[in-house]
Amino acid sequence: MSTGLTFQETVFRLKQYWSDRGCIIQEPYDVEVGAGTMAPETFLRVLGPDPYSVAYVQPSRRPADGRYGDNPNRLYKHQQLQVILKPAPADVIDQYLGSLQAIGIDLKKHDIKFEEDNWEAPTLGAWGIGWQVMLDGLEISQFTYFQQCGGFELDPVPAELTYGLERIVAFLQNVDSVYDIEWTRGVKYRRVRLVEEYQFSKYNFELADVGMLWQLFDLHEKECQRLLKMPDMVLPAYDQVLKCSHIFNLLDSRGAISVTERVGVIGRVRKLALGVAAAWMKRSEAAA
Amino acid sequence: MSLPFLLEIGTEEIPDWMIVPALNNLQDMFQALLDQHVLGGRVTAVDATPRRLVLRAEGLLERQADVEELVLGPPKSAGSGAAAGFAKKMGTTADQLGTQSTAKGEYFSFAKRTQGQATAAVLAHELPNLILKIQWPKTMYWNGKGSERFIRPIRWLVALLGDAVVPFEISGVKSGKTTVGHRVLGKPSLAVTIENFDDELRTNGVILSANERRDKIESGIGALRVKPDPDLLHTLVYITEFPTPILGNFDRSYLELPQEVLVTVMRHHQKYLSVEDADGKLAPHFIAVMNTNTDPDGLVRHGNERVLRARFNDARFFWDQDQKKALTARLEDLKTVTFQAKLGSYYDKSKRIVDYVEGTDGSADAQRAACFCKCDLTTEMVKEFTDLQGVVGGLYARAQGESEEVAQAIYDHYRPLSMEDDLPRTEAGRIVSWADKWDTLVECFKVGMIPTGSKDPFALRRAAQGVVRLIVEGKVDFKFDFVDGPLREFMRDRVEYYFRDVRGFRYDEVRACMAISWDNLIELEERLEWLKAVRPTPDFEPIAASFKRIKNILKQAEYSDLSAYREDLLEAGPELDLYEEIVRTTSLPLESRIAALRPKVDLFFDKILVNDHRENIRRNRLALLQSLLTEFSEVADFSEIVTERQS
Repeated sequence: MSTGLTFQETVFRLKQYWSDRGCIIQEPYDVEVGAGTMAPETFLRVLGPDPYSVAYVQPSRRPADGRYGDNPNRLYKHQQLQVILKPAPADVIDQYLGSLQAIGIDLKKHDIKFEEDNWEAPTLGAWGIGWQVMLDGLEISQFTYFQQCGGFELDPVPAELTYGLERIVAFLQNVDSVYDIEWTRGVKYRRVRLVEEYQFSKYNFELADVGMLWQLFDLHEKECQRLLKMPDMVLPAYDQVLKCSHIFNLLDSRGAISVTERVGVIGRVRKLALGVAAAWMKRSEAAA
Repeated sequence: MSLPFLLEIGTEEIPDWMIVPALNNLQDMFQALLDQHVLGGRVTAVDATPRRLVLRAEGLLERQADVEELVLGPPKSAGSGAAAGFAKKMGTTADQLGTQSTAKGEYFSFAKRTQGQATAAVLAHELPNLILKIQWPKTMYWNGKGSERFIRPIRWLVALLGDAVVPFEISGVKSGKTTVGHRVLGKPSLAVTIENFDDELRTNGVILSANERRDKIESGIGALRVKPDPDLLHTLVYITEFPTPILGNFDRSYLELPQEVLVTVMRHHQKYLSVEDADGKLAPHFIAVMNTNTDPDGLVRHGNERVLRARFNDARFFWDQDQKKALTARLEDLKTVTFQAKLGSYYDKSKRIVDYVEGTDGSADAQRAACFCKCDLTTEMVKEFTDLQGVVGGLYARAQGESEEVAQAIYDHYRPLSMEDDLPRTEAGRIVSWADKWDTLVECFKVGMIPTGSKDPFALRRAAQGVVRLIVEGKVDFKFDFVDGPLREFMRDRVEYYFRDVRGFRYDEVRACMAISWDNLIELEERLEWLKAVRPTPDFEPIAASFKRIKNILKQAEYSDLSAYREDLLEAGPELDLYEEIVRTTSLPLESRIAALRPKVDLFFDKILVNDHRENIRRNRLALLQSLLTEFSEVADFSEIVTERQS
């Protein structure tokens, strides 16, 4: 077991697997996001009629999940491998199971279950139907048939597969702490990432300047609104949504958002996201 | 010749808890289809795994019987031209027509014969609709907007009538005679017949029968002592096609954590059954149920143990972390925990709970428990294991030196979680539980969050049911006098439901007693018990019938201001007799009065005309009856009782 693939080999294999099945292999989006779904390669591309299949690793930042590097399984930033298959092929589950075999999981020797888990992201006006995929009792993936995004019903319906890479690789390598994962031979995850986990946990929980964050939130919101009034500025506008969303998460981890403010702030982000989705739809209708 | 029928709807994994209701729905609809189209036959079995719903029926006709009906045409007097027209319309010739005499005279008629349709054709036409009409709590589409909706994508369909395929199509999937085996243990494509269906599935890793899967799990557990958990067992039966239980272990040192935490981790997060030792204490083992046949290299066991270890380590970490800040020091932190968007924070809620507890004379312990009962919402443990809210607070309170009374009250204060669930063990616990639930109800109704139909997102019905039980069974001293508006109506329904459906009082008894008052549930319960006891006595039903009559008479008379009657206007005979009996029995218990008054009331109605032509006499009699009704109406509105004569 301990001879399992390294972290980067696992990524290579999965990318190769999905590349062989016609996916565009993208690089991570370079604006902070909380999940692979928020990257424009998913949020925008699932909208509209054009088929689009893509896979990418997305570092996903969740400030409130930080543990200063103390917790063996919880991270401020984890790596998600995100696959979008639009439209979802009829054998999508078989394809997914094939990807597990591609990273050395012999399904005849393991226990795979699909357990109900519907996904919802109110700030994105998005939801879907699906499962968490359990491998020997470990949740390794989220599998979702998108139904709505940005408030729009999706047509065609995409399937979204996400792989929690740290978990999967810790499983493959049979280690109890993500920090003991071999990133590449002779180099542990610890050496690559521990300092980042510590510093950002400290920053996110203790040091981030709350006043500045509120200012930034307002500025990015305004910029987004300004861009949304212009033709063909959807992508720059969406970057501003992502900024707002991440700043909201930072404020949240600083404990700076009161109960009464919370709903309102979420509503502001949602409004921007829906505006961007509508603009994108308009653009794709015009192109059609 | 009669034919067997088999339907299999093959899907991606259906949520376990939806499967049985869907099967029942499918069975009912299919039987109704057979009956409606007179296809003969009956459904003999339904069964399911997460990936397939299967229905079997037997005794179907090959085709519907032909139907002959007599169609009347024009009157005979209309002549041969009309007859020819009618014949043409019937698809025949005039010489085939008959005549029929009716009250209006002679008419042309035709015995029209409709040929029955082939059963296969009827099923092929009806099945797509029927399948798509199966009711699910939430459906999806998978082939684009406006396409068919189902619980999960339909991937194959088997429909066989005898040896023949019943041909139809749903969302691009054509019915056939090919099924699909277990994802890992079986072939992906498998030709079947009605006869060999179950066996073919079995050799391909699918045990179709839920009962058999349950037996397989139970026999696999063998002699191990497992904490009974029928709900979890049901889930395990319906998330597997080939369940195999395996025993795993965890380090004994984790047993230092509270049992509640360990069991929750195993049950809710991992769907493991807990194992007990001979004394009924939690043992360092668990049972996981795989959806496959073996674990040849022990990898599955190893993997599950590894996950559980991480979960337990988390729990231990949370426990240690949480102890750094006492429960009582967390009250301020509740200001940032939302109770409900429109209703502010849990800090506000805690204040209100304390007020309610004070208002019902809760003890100092109850007040202290009320103040801190929500503080565990800020702990890491509850953030991770939400189901343990309350329980964690109680455990922490105890660990941090609060009195047992306070700790238990916090621990129990979410109970009862269902009709079957126990009430909190202590008086303090019951008061805090009541105050919490009552506050939720009052606040939600204040901002218009009122349950409608099946929509009850805040589980207010459950909260209200808890409130009723806490007052009646838990003796929490609260009355509904000052409750009004929609909340009053809502509570009224819950009270009625409780006494009728939970406590088993007859519906008319509940209505009769509640018609008088239901503000005080303890007193209502006493009246119900009294009514239930007195009801079988021989004089009761007749007098109840008389009261109904009295009420009708008064209603028809439309007097709203019947002042006291005057004795001097009463006539000798049955009227005066009744009056004297009323007076004589005034101090007797109600049940004795019923027996005494019944013959007098009967006689009164026999002999006396209430609606006398003299207005003053009539008014006086009505007033007498009104006063009788009032005296008896302290316990129940007898006119609500459904008597033999009526039913």
